[in-house]
Amino acid sequence: MATDTTTQSYRQPTKQSRTRTRLQGDSSIYVTIFVALIAVGLTLGPIIYLALGGFRSNGQLAADPTGLPDPWVWQNYWNILTQGNFWEYTLNSLIVAVATTAGVVLFGTMAAYPLARYAFKGREGIFIIFTAGLMFPLTVAIFPLFLLLNDLGWVGGYWGLIVPQIAFALPVTVIIMRPFLAALPDELEEAAFMDGLTRVGFFYRMVLPLAKPGMVTVGVLAFLGSWNAYLLPLVILTGREAPTTLPLGVTQFQGQNAADFAGIMAYTFLAMIPALVFFLMMERRIVDGLSGAVKG
Amino acid sequence: MTALEASGTGKGPVADAKASAAGSTPVTPAQHNARKDNRRKWIEIAIFVGPALLMFLAFVVFPMVMAARYSLYKWDSRQPFELAEFIGLDNYTRALFGGTDPETQEIFWKAYAEPFWNAVGNNAQIIALSMLVQLPIAMLIALVLNRKFPGRSSVRLIIFAPYVLAEVTAGLMWLMLLDPRGPVTQMVQGLGLPTPPQGWLEDPTWGFWTFFFIVSWKYIGLAIILFLAGLAGVPEELQEAASIDGASWWQVQWRINIPLIGPTVRVWAFLSIIGSIQLFDMAWVLNKGGSTNQYATIATLMVDTGTQRNDGGYASALAIIMFIFSMAAALLYLTLVMRRDNAARARKGA
Repeated sequence: MATDTTTQSYRQPTKQSRTRTRLQGDSSIYVTIFVALIAVGLTLGPIIYLALGGFRSNGQLAADPTGLPDPWVWQNYWNILTQGNFWEYTLNSLIVAVATTAGVVLFGTMAAYPLARYAFKGREGIFIIFTAGLMFPLTVAIFPLFLLLNDLGWVGGYWGLIVPQIAFALPVTVIIMRPFLAALPDELEEAAFMDGLTRVGFFYRMVLPLAKPGMVTVGVLAFLGSWNAYLLPLVILTGREAPTTLPLGVTQFQGQNAADFAGIMAYTFLAMIPALVFFLMMERRIVDGLSGAVKG
Repeated sequence: MTALEASGTGKGPVADAKASAAGSTPVTPAQHNARKDNRRKWIEIAIFVGPALLMFLAFVVFPMVMAARYSLYKWDSRQPFELAEFIGLDNYTRALFGGTDPETQEIFWKAYAEPFWNAVGNNAQIIALSMLVQLPIAMLIALVLNRKFPGRSSVRLIIFAPYVLAEVTAGLMWLMLLDPRGPVTQMVQGLGLPTPPQGWLEDPTWGFWTFFFIVSWKYIGLAIILFLAGLAGVPEELQEAASIDGASWWQVQWRINIPLIGPTVRVWAFLSIIGSIQLFDMAWVLNKGGSTNQYATIATLMVDTGTQRNDGGYASALAIIMFIFSMAAALLYLTLVMRRDNAARARKGA
């Protein structure tokens, strides 16, 4: 039945275009737009309220929680951007996220390369070990991890965040990169060896440039994961000297200024901006990466 | 893997061109060098896989094994582990039913088992509600948005935005909005409706639902985007054919679109279940699971036990229980639900 009508609609383009309108509903475009508007409103509404709340005084917020800024108060944002540690925390988060991303992409791709292209005994075993890592969330290992990092003297420093974050991001990276590297044509490798390149040379000259799309995908996911991380910094970044990352900074600000609603709103919104900007720049990559990881 | 494969094969022509330019005679390794080559190969493998494998074993596998070990001890985590006392499975039996000793069972039931089952119940409810509430809503939105309309790409972008925000910032935002004297309260009262007297999050009945709403706000975008990506892969001819045959919009969705994106839905459900079992950040940011643990999860109970009560052994037992839950859920789901999908994919040779 279905096949029958499919061929029919192929034969009759006019009918097909009429179908199109019927399929997409006669007046249902309004339903679509209505649903879209509600979804957008529910998503953006709270964020916009937060941003606007940062432009109000605590008095304004108390007098009329749902009102608009009147007059506009720049003080909250200005104070955070000029006085506190906001920039320092942002820089800390950036350092940790960039180092984590670099480590994940480099070591993950390196590990995936022999697993994809060498034939050797124990290859599947190693791959299964990495795959099983997907089942080990950082949450489960957090206390022994803390003790281990404490013994290494890494508690309260960057390394205590960066190295475990790389380790926990490796499984998904290896799983995404392996089929990607396996898809590179064999002829390429053979030609490179003919030209006298070693395997290592082939990896740096050919694999790294060709695997860029996959590396960007895993890199973007690793960056987001590190930027938003909360539990590991919460446990590791203790002590006076410890650097503070942005998510910790936001909660600290909230803890120290519990009554300053307008200030907390401004701080929280400012802390959201880098992630939103990164998302706007990398939207395609993030969505592809996630749906890729899901379908794989 | 479609996206990745596409970008991988996209390189194909370029690579082929380079290969043929360099001359594509197959390489035959010289026979007399075979042993040297073999050693060389293993060194290379070690260089490539070594760093990742070492990091993984040291910072993922080793702590997991240690967690299993700590869980068998009575251990005040402010003291060195040497002072801990081996108590076998007592930490586990306390969590499950208050321990085996009849004299202390009642006290331990209150102190250990009750908070534990409360947390397990909360995790289970979040899983159930994700499937019963988030899934239908996300599916409906995805089906309705699966067509051309003005501003489509912006709408998709916006719907997905909460997913990339840190749970900390999203959580604090909702803490502000849901303050007992905040805007949500005022708006609801403005509509003439009652509001929970102890605040949205602290109210014994409303607290959990409010928490679930916040989690849904944060994560439903992922479901919608994944479903839309799945729907984009459904052949238009099928929908057109059905439509010509007189199928209504609902019938097209119900008979064609939803069944065809079944695999995507099942993978989303898998991620959602595992994520729900391990839920921590959001619950912790919102007053550490609530003042009466109204939305405490196994993970918040574990961190609370380890950091506030310094009970390293019991916290480790909770961690291992959480791990067993995720593992069991994953294995059950993979064998019962997704086996068909994997088999289908293997048949296609993808």
